Amino acid sequence: MHDHHPHDNELDEMSARIRALETILVEKGLVDPAAVDAIIDTYENRVGPQNGAKVVARAWTDPAFAEQLRQDATQAIADMGFFGRQGEHMVAVFNTPDVHNLVVCTLCSCYPWPVLGLPPAWYKAPDYRARAVREPRAVLAEFGVVLPDGKQIEVWDSTAEIRYLVIPERPPGTEKLGMDALAQLVTRDSMIGCGLARSPDAA
Amino acid sequence: MNGPQDVGGRHGFGAVQPEPEDIRFHADWEKRVLGVTLTCGALGYWNLDASRHMRESLPPAVYYGASYYEVWLRALENLLVEAGEVTAEELAHGHAATPGKRADRRLPADVVPKVLASGGPTDREGPAPRFAIGDRVKTRNHQPKGHTRLPGYARGCIGAIVAVHGCHVYPDSNARYEGEQPCPLYTVRFAARDLFGDDADATLSVSIDAWERYLDPA
Repeated sequence: MHDHHPHDNELDEMSARIRALETILVEKGLVDPAAVDAIIDTYENRVGPQNGAKVVARAWTDPAFAEQLRQDATQAIADMGFFGRQGEHMVAVFNTPDVHNLVVCTLCSCYPWPVLGLPPAWYKAPDYRARAVREPRAVLAEFGVVLPDGKQIEVWDSTAEIRYLVIPERPPGTEKLGMDALAQLVTRDSMIGCGLARSPDAA
Repeated sequence: MNGPQDVGGRHGFGAVQPEPEDIRFHADWEKRVLGVTLTCGALGYWNLDASRHMRESLPPAVYYGASYYEVWLRALENLLVEAGEVTAEELAHGHAATPGKRADRRLPADVVPKVLASGGPTDREGPAPRFAIGDRVKTRNHQPKGHTRLPGYARGCIGAIVAVHGCHVYPDSNARYEGEQPCPLYTVRFAARDLFGDDADATLSVSIDAWERYLDPA
């Protein structure tokens, strides 16, 4: 073993491991590093929960669009320009005063990329995957969300290629806000069901 | 398979660790793993289900000890070795010893937007569905050694069909490269008490997406 210094140029194990693999694949002509860069740029800078927030804000303000979302979410969301990998088959589930929806993928990390971007680390971790289906109230408490005792909870385990988007409840006091201001209230976690949309006072 | 991936409802895991929503990656190496994994899909050696199966086939101690991108990286190495494109010796040395076999299928950077926008829809033409919304169904005690998408916690349980999605690629066969075998896909809703016992949350229901081959009439 050799010593590790925080400021030297040694690579940690995972950095070294992926660098070795990418180097091999580039030398073999199997991977174009610029294509790797383009994929990273897409999901780091272009596709993210700001897309889903626009869908939610429109669903709050446009009843015809909300109905389209209920009938064919894939098409309704595609019409807003959001489609592609890991969003091929979309379903929107609506929170109401009586029902709270929560999305998980217990078997891996299925998640609606075109509207939410890449899943956060906790979504992919066994802790969330194991517990979301059995004790969602305890999981929600870890996000600071406490639901009324009698509220129904519907958990959607994404075991196929259907991808779920939660439409959170519209916060009170937002009647006069426009679409852009409403979208600002829509957090990523609220579209997974692990949060609520922000109140305009807190935003 | 009854592998380490099938964690739904298992006891003993810890608290969820929420984090700020602007975090996209935790290290640069994670970005490269994502990008290299996606570009390698274009080589055409495996499909979505086979790649998932390779991840869940990691030994349980490795799977649970690894971050998710480490799981991806280890599985990608194994897929490339299985495909005969990369050897263990090359991985150990960090350089190619032979040219690639499918360099003609390398994904060019300018095609990336089109590939990501197209995605990989899994709906197919196939047989008419046997069940309709409202039907009661019982999941089979389905425990194949290979890939399946019926989670362990939902085996042998009675629920109701709440959506019919048409036919989709059947993951159990597709992961084994035995064809897509399109099969009707449903959303099945269960009361939590029918999954997790009498002490389960009475206000909770859990839905899974299940292929007809996982289901019997109840």
